[in-house]
Amino acid sequence: MKRKNLFLLWALAIVAMFSTTAFAENLVINGSTTVLPITQKVAEAYMKDYPEVNISISGGGSGNGIKAIIDGTTDIAMSSRFIRDSEVKQAVDKGSYPVPFSVAYDCIVPIVHPSNPVDDLSLDQLKDIYTGKTKNWKEVGGEDRPIVVFSRDTSSGTYEVWDEKVLRKERVFPGALLQASSGAVVQGVASNRNGIAYVGIGYLTGTIKAVTVNGVEGTEETTLSGEFPVSRPLFIFTRGWPEGRTVHFINYMLNPEKGQKLVKEVGFVPLF
Amino acid sequence: MVISRQLKEKGMRSFFFLIAFASVAILLAITIFLFREGIPIFNLVSVKDFLFGIYWYPTAEPPDFGIFPLIIASVSVTLLSACISIPLGVMTAIYLAEIAGPRTRELAKPIVELLAALPSVVIGFFGMVVVAPILQNTFNIPVGLNLFNASLMLAFMSIPTICSISEDAIYSVPNALREASLALGATHLETILRVVIPAAISGICTAVILGMSRAIGETMVVLMVAGGAAMMPSSIFDPVRPMPGSIAAEMAEAPFRGNHYYALFATGMVLFIFTLVFNLIADHMSHKYRQVGDATL
Amino acid sequence: MNSSRVETMNHFPAVEAEEERAMIKNSQPRLTDSLIRRRRFFQKVLFQLFRSAAGINGIVLLVVVFYLVYNGWSAITWTFLTQAPTQMMTKGGIFPCIVGTFLLGVGALTVAFPIGVASAIYINEYAHPGKVLRIIRLGISNLAGVPSVVFGLFGLAFFVIYLKMGVSLLAGALTLGAMSLPVIIGSSEEALKAVPNTYREASLALGATKWQTIWKVVLPSAFPGILTGGILGLSRAAGETAPIMFTAAVFFTPRLPQSVFDEVMALPYHIYVLATAGTEIEATRHLQYGTALVLIFLVLGLNLLAIIWRARLRKKMR
Repeated sequence: MKRKNLFLLWALAIVAMFSTTAFAENLVINGSTTVLPITQKVAEAYMKDYPEVNISISGGGSGNGIKAIIDGTTDIAMSSRFIRDSEVKQAVDKGSYPVPFSVAYDCIVPIVHPSNPVDDLSLDQLKDIYTGKTKNWKEVGGEDRPIVVFSRDTSSGTYEVWDEKVLRKERVFPGALLQASSGAVVQGVASNRNGIAYVGIGYLTGTIKAVTVNGVEGTEETTLSGEFPVSRPLFIFTRGWPEGRTVHFINYMLNPEKGQKLVKEVGFVPLF
Repeated sequence: MVISRQLKEKGMRSFFFLIAFASVAILLAITIFLFREGIPIFNLVSVKDFLFGIYWYPTAEPPDFGIFPLIIASVSVTLLSACISIPLGVMTAIYLAEIAGPRTRELAKPIVELLAALPSVVIGFFGMVVVAPILQNTFNIPVGLNLFNASLMLAFMSIPTICSISEDAIYSVPNALREASLALGATHLETILRVVIPAAISGICTAVILGMSRAIGETMVVLMVAGGAAMMPSSIFDPVRPMPGSIAAEMAEAPFRGNHYYALFATGMVLFIFTLVFNLIADHMSHKYRQVGDATL
Repeated sequence: MNSSRVETMNHFPAVEAEEERAMIKNSQPRLTDSLIRRRRFFQKVLFQLFRSAAGINGIVLLVVVFYLVYNGWSAITWTFLTQAPTQMMTKGGIFPCIVGTFLLGVGALTVAFPIGVASAIYINEYAHPGKVLRIIRLGISNLAGVPSVVFGLFGLAFFVIYLKMGVSLLAGALTLGAMSLPVIIGSSEEALKAVPNTYREASLALGATKWQTIWKVVLPSAFPGILTGGILGLSRAAGETAPIMFTAAVFFTPRLPQSVFDEVMALPYHIYVLATAGTEIEATRHLQYGTALVLIFLVLGLNLLAIIWRARLRKKMR
C-alpha cells in the first residue's frame, strides 16, 4: 500500500515536470556572460514597461549563444566577440543569416592589487608582461616582487580583444593563470599582491586598482573618443533580420533614453 | 498453463538480461560519441603532436593543439594527491578495521562516507576561498591557486574511496590468520603489518588505483583551484591546467564543431582512456589476486 | 561502493592490553624486558598514527562544514530560499536553483532507478557466474570510474546534439542518470544479497515461479535497502556540476522551467558561477556561502538519511 502511494507521488511529480503552461509572448535570449548584465537590466525594465512580454535570459557563453542562433533555439544571442566565419557558414547551411547589432562598448582595463605602487603601464610594458619577458615589478617601476599574470581563457572574447590590442597577435606566455571568468580574475588580483590582470570596466571594484595605459585612464569618454587603446564593442545577434517583438526589444535596448541609459548604469560604455 | 508460465519466465529473464546490459551500452555509447566528436581534430594535427605538443593555444592564429602540459598537470596533480591520500586513507582503513572498537567504527565509517558525499564544487570553493589565501601567506608564494592546493583538495576527495575499499579488504581477511599470528607471539601491530596487510594487499592496491582514477577525473576542484596556466610545472607551487579543468572552462566558448571543439573532445578521449586503463587494472587486480580461503598467503 | 559489504558478526575483537601482556609473557618467556618495551612502544606510536589519520578525516569534514555553516547561515532567509536572483545576482535568492537541482535529481532517478534495480535483479537473481556476468560487471565498474566531465561531454554529444534535445532539463537528467546508475546498481545488489536464501527457497517450494518469487518475496523485503540506494544516487546526482555544465545548467534564467526542454539553474553550478563570475564577487560572498550551505545540507542530509536507514535495516536483519 505504502509503495503504491509512493509510486503515485512519483508519477505525479513526473507529470508536473512535463506539463507546460501557456504564455503571452516569449523572448529567449542566450549567450555571453559578459553581455548578460546589460541584457538582464534592460529586460527587467522592458518587462516593466510591457508586462505582456516574458523574457528569459540565460548565459552559457558566446559560443553557446551563437550555436543557439544557428540551431534556431533562441531569438537573440549575446556575444562578446564577432561571429566567426565557420559559424556564419553553419548558420547559412541551416538556412538563416545571423545579423549583428552592437549594443555597447566595453573598455578593458589592466588592474593590479591596491597596494601596488605602479599606476601606469605602456602598451609595450603590458605586452612584455603578458608574453613573459618582464617577470618582476621593479622592471616597470614597482617593488622587487615577481609578477603573477592573470589572464582570461584563450577562448574568451575578452582575451581576444586583449590579444589583438595589447599582445598584437602574439601569444600570452604559458605561465599565465588562465581563469574562466572575469570575476575569478578580479578575485585573483584582489587576493594577490603580485597580481596583474585585465577586466571589463564593469568589473572594477574597490578591491583592486585600475592602471592607466599610456597615461590614459579607462573611462567612458576615453573609450568613445578612441583615446583608450583597449576597447571592444559587445554584440547581439539575431536569426535573420529581426521582426516583431524581437526588433521592438532591440530598439528599446538601443534607445539612448532607455536601454543605453541602463548600459551605463551596469558599468559599460553606451553607444550613444 | 505451465507452458505460458514458463514462457513468461523466459521473457522476464531476457528482459532483465537486456536491461543489465544498459551499463555496458552506455559505456559503449560514451566511447563512440567521444571518438565521433574528437577524431576530426587529427585531420589537423597528428596524434603525436596532439599528445606531446607543449603549446596549448586553441584560439591563436594559427592554433596550437598540444595537450602535453595538460596531461603533465593531470598526472602531477594526481600523483601529489596520491602522496597525501594513500597514507591517510590506508592508515584510516587499518585503524577502522583493526584497532578501533565497534563503537568508534560505527561512528567513523559514516563520517568517511559523508566525506565522499561532499560535492566537489563545495570542496573547490573551499580551496579557492579559504585554502588559497592561507597557502599564499604561510609559504609566501606568488599564487595560492596551484598544483599543491589542487592536490590537497583532490586528496580529500579520494581518501573516502581509498579508505572504504581498503577497509573492506582488510576487514575480510580471515580471522584464522590473525589468530595464528598472535598465537606465534607476534604483537597486534606485527600481526597487522606482517600478516593482515600482506593478505589484503590486492584489495588495498585496487582501492589506491580507484582513488587515483577518481582524482585524475575530478573536474570542479582543478577548475577552481589549480590556477589554469597551461605550462609545465617546475615546482609544486606552480599553477597548472589539468585536462578536466581545461575542458570545463573552454567548452562553453568554443565554436560548435570547430577545431577547438574537436580538440576538447579529443582531450576528453585521452582522459577517458586514462581512467579506463586505471579501472581495468583495478578490476584485473581484484579478480586475479582475489582472496580465496586462507590459502593464498 | 563502500556499502558493498554486509556486516558480519565475526569482527576481530581488539585485544585488551592486559590480556596481551599476559599473552606475550606466557608465550615468550625468554624475551628481555627492553625488547618487549620497544615492541610495545612501536605499537603505541603506530596505532596513534593510524588513529590520528582517521582523526584528520573527521576534522576536515567538520572544519569544512562548520566553516560553511558559520559563514553561510546568516544568508539563509525565507527570501533567499524562495526568490529568484535579481540585480545581476547580487540580491535575491536561489529558488530557481533549488527547483532546478530538485528536478534534475528526480529526473535522473526516474531514469536510473528502474534500470539500476532491474540490472541488480539480473545480476543477483538470474545471472550465473561466467563471461556474461563478468562483462556486465566490468561495464558497471568502468562506468563508475568515468570522469564526470566526460559524462558532460557525452551528454553534450549524444543528448544535446545527436538527439537534438538542446541544453535542457531532459538532457541533464539523462546524463546524470547515466552517471548515478552504478551507485544504484551497487546498493540494490547489496540489498538483494541481504535477503536470506531461505525466503527464495520457501517461495519456490510453494510452487511460485522465479519471477513471482522475485516480485512477491525478494523485492518487498529488499525494498527499503533498494530505496537507500536510490537516495544515494539522488544525492550523487544533485551534487555533481561537471555533467550538467554543458547539458542543462545555465548561468542565469530566473523563470522556472516550463517544460523538460528548458534550461535550468542548478545549485552546484550556481556556486561555481557566483564564486567565479559576476561583477562583485566579494559583495556576494555571503550568497556563495549560503548556496554552498544549502547544497551541503541537501546532499549530506540525503546521505545521512540513507546511512541511518541502512544501519537500522542491518540491525533488523540480525
